[in-house]
Amino acid sequence: MTSEATSRQADQIPADLLAEIEERITHYPVSKRSASLPLLHLWQNHFGFIDDSGIEWIATKLELTPVNIYELVTFYPWFRREAAGKTIIRVCRTLACAMAGSYGLREKFCEAAGVDVHHESHGFGHAPPTSPDGKFSVEFVECLASCGTAPVCLINDELYESVTPEEVPSIVKELAAG
Amino acid sequence: MVSLIPQPHPRERRIIFENISRPGWSNDIETYLAHGGYEQLKKALGMQPAEIVDAVKAANLRGRGGAGFPCGVKWGFIKRDDGKPHYIVVNGDESEPGTFKDRYILHNDPHQLIEGILIAAWALNVNLAYIYIRCEFPHAAKIVWNAIKEAKARGFVGKNICGSGFDCDIYVHQGAAAYICGEETSLIESLEGKRPYPRIKPPYFPAVLGLYMSPTIVNNVETLCHVVHILRMGAAEYAKMGTPGDGGTRTMCVSGDVVRPGYYELPAGAVTLGELIHDVCGGLKPGRKLKAVIPGGSSAKVMRADEVYKIKTKAADGTMVEKEVAMLDVVMDAASLASVGTMVGSGGVMVMDDSRDMVWALNNLNQFYAHESCGQCTPCREGSLWMSKVTTRLLTGQGAANDPATLLNVADNIAGRTVCAFGEACAWPTQSFLAKFPEEFAALAESK
Ligand SMILES: Cc1cc2nc3c(=O)[nH]c(=O)nc-3n(C[C@H](O)[C@H](O)[C@H](O)COP(=O)(O)O)c2cc1C
Ligand code: SF4
Ligand code: FES
Repeated sequence: MTSEATSRQADQIPADLLAEIEERITHYPVSKRSASLPLLHLWQNHFGFIDDSGIEWIATKLELTPVNIYELVTFYPWFRREAAGKTIIRVCRTLACAMAGSYGLREKFCEAAGVDVHHESHGFGHAPPTSPDGKFSVEFVECLASCGTAPVCLINDELYESVTPEEVPSIVKELAAG
Repeated sequence: MVSLIPQPHPRERRIIFENISRPGWSNDIETYLAHGGYEQLKKALGMQPAEIVDAVKAANLRGRGGAGFPCGVKWGFIKRDDGKPHYIVVNGDESEPGTFKDRYILHNDPHQLIEGILIAAWALNVNLAYIYIRCEFPHAAKIVWNAIKEAKARGFVGKNICGSGFDCDIYVHQGAAAYICGEETSLIESLEGKRPYPRIKPPYFPAVLGLYMSPTIVNNVETLCHVVHILRMGAAEYAKMGTPGDGGTRTMCVSGDVVRPGYYELPAGAVTLGELIHDVCGGLKPGRKLKAVIPGGSSAKVMRADEVYKIKTKAADGTMVEKEVAMLDVVMDAASLASVGTMVGSGGVMVMDDSRDMVWALNNLNQFYAHESCGQCTPCREGSLWMSKVTTRLLTGQGAANDPATLLNVADNIAGRTVCAFGEACAWPTQSFLAKFPEEFAALAESK
C-alpha cells in the first residue's frame, strides 16, 4: 500500500518460507481458508510482524480478500502489525500467578530489560512495550496453563516456572548475552 | 520445558499420567510401543464401531474439557453411515485459568492422545482429525506433530491403518492466544480460518453441524486419552473406578495456597475436598487457614471454607433425606460438586487462604474475562468490561456505596443472554463471590 516496494515483506519471501507455506496448505484438503492462521504464524515467525503486503499476499494465496486476513490479525492478541523486541517476555497475569507475585515480577522484568513499566497498552496489532535498543518486549498475558508452578512466564518459546524476583536480573542478563 | 513429574501420592491412581510417571519415560514412539502402545488401536480395529461407542457409554466417561457432557452420548449423535464426511477436532486450547493437565499429556505422552483419536476415528468413521493446540505451547505443537509423523511411519496414521483398510490423517493446528477459541464452536470457526465468533445455537452440537458444516466431534485432549484405557480395562472395570455417573479417574490441577500444588490423578469421587487439600496437597502454608476454593477452573462458582451445604440424598430405603455437608467434606466428583451449586469443570482447583482479599481475587478474574470476551454479544462485551471496572474502582477506593448491587445487576444481566457459555463463565465468579463474601464487598463500598 503506502510502503516502498523494497521494504514490502511480500517482496522478500525466501524459498524455504515459501516451501513451508505450500506444504502447510496441504494440511487443509477441504478448505484452503483454514490455512489462514498457520500462514500468519509462519509469516510473523519469519518477519517479526505482519505488514499490509503480508495481509494481501496471504489473502491472494488462499483466494480470499484482504479483509478476511485483516479481521484475524486484529482479533487475535498474538499477531502484531509492528516489530516487537527480539526477546518477548510474557508474564502470566492471572489468578494463581498473581497470588504468587506476578505483578511484581512483571515490574522486575521491565526494570531489568529497560522497558517502560508504566506502558502496558498493546494489542490490536500494536507491539508490546519494547526497550529502546529493541532487545526486549515485556507484556502480561493470561493464564499459561502452568498454575501449579506459579508464577510463570513464557520467554520466546521457553516456559520459565516458579520464577522468583531475585533471579530476574540474571535471566535477563543471560538472554541479552545469548 | 516441562517441569519434572512428582511421584504419585499414595491415594492417587494414575491411568492418564501412568506413562509420564515412569522413571526414564520419554515421549517417542519406541517407548510408547514398549509399554503396550497402540495395542488398543489394534484391538479397536477388530471391533464393531458400535461396540466401541457402547463401551464409552457404559464407562460413564464425562468430557474433561469443562462442560462434562457424557462422551458416549455425544458420540452416539454421529450417524456412522450417513454418507457425509465426519471430523474429529481435539480441543487442546487449555486456557481456563487453573487448568494445566493437557499440557503434560501433549508434551510427555502425545502417542496416548493419538491412539485415542484413532480409536474414536474408527468408531465414528472419521478420516480427518485436527488437534487444536494453543500457540503458547510451541514445543507441544512440535512434539505432537513429530509424534504424528512417527505414528505415520509405523502405519498407525494415514492410509490403510494396520492393514485394516481404514484411513485417517491427523494434523496439528495452532491457535493465536484467544481464550474464546476453547469454546467448541469458536474453535471450529478458528479452524475454518474465520474470526472465531462462537456460533449461534441451535444446532446445539457440532455433531450435527460442525467443521465445514459436517458432523464433528469436539473432545478435550484428556477425554480422548481415557478412551484408550476404557478399551484396555473394559468398560465395566473402568467405570468401577469412579462413581455411578462419573466413571474413571479425574486429573486434578491444584494451584494457589497449598504446600504441594501440582497435578494429581484420582478415581472420580475418591476424595473429599478436605482430603485433597490436606492429605494429598500437604495442607495450607504454615500458620494459614483456608478461606475459599474455586473447584473447577476459574468459571466454577467459589466455595467458602466455613460453608455448610444442605444437600438432598437418597437414604438406604429410597426416600430423599436432607443432609448437612461441610465444605471440606464435599466429594470431588461431578454430581457432588453440582449438588452444592458449583462444578467439577475442567479440574482446576484454586485454593485461597486467609491472607487473600476476595475483591482483589475477583477483580483479577474479571480482568481476565474483560480481556477475553470475543465481543460478539452486547451483554458479555459490555458487562465483562463493567464488572472489571467496578471491582477495580472498589479496590482503589473509588467505589460507590451501591457498587455491590451494581456488580450483581450487571452479572445477572449477562448469564443466560448470550450466544455462548462464556456469558455464564464470566458472570458466575461475580455472582458467587458476592453471594459468599458479601462483607468484603460491603466494607470496600462503605469505606468510600
Ligand atoms: C468460554 C469457554 C472456554 C472453553 N475452553 C475450553 C478449553 O480450553 N479446553 C477444552 O477442552 N474445552 C473448553 N471448553 C469446553 C468446550 O466448549 C467443549 O465443551 C469441550 O471441548 C468438549 O470436549 P469434552 O466433551 O471432551 O469435554 C470451553 C468452553 C467455553 C464456553
Ligand atoms: S458470550 Fe461473550 S464470548 Fe460468547 S459469543 Fe457472546 S460476546 Fe462472545
Ligand atoms: S494463572 Fe498463571 S499459569 Fe495459570
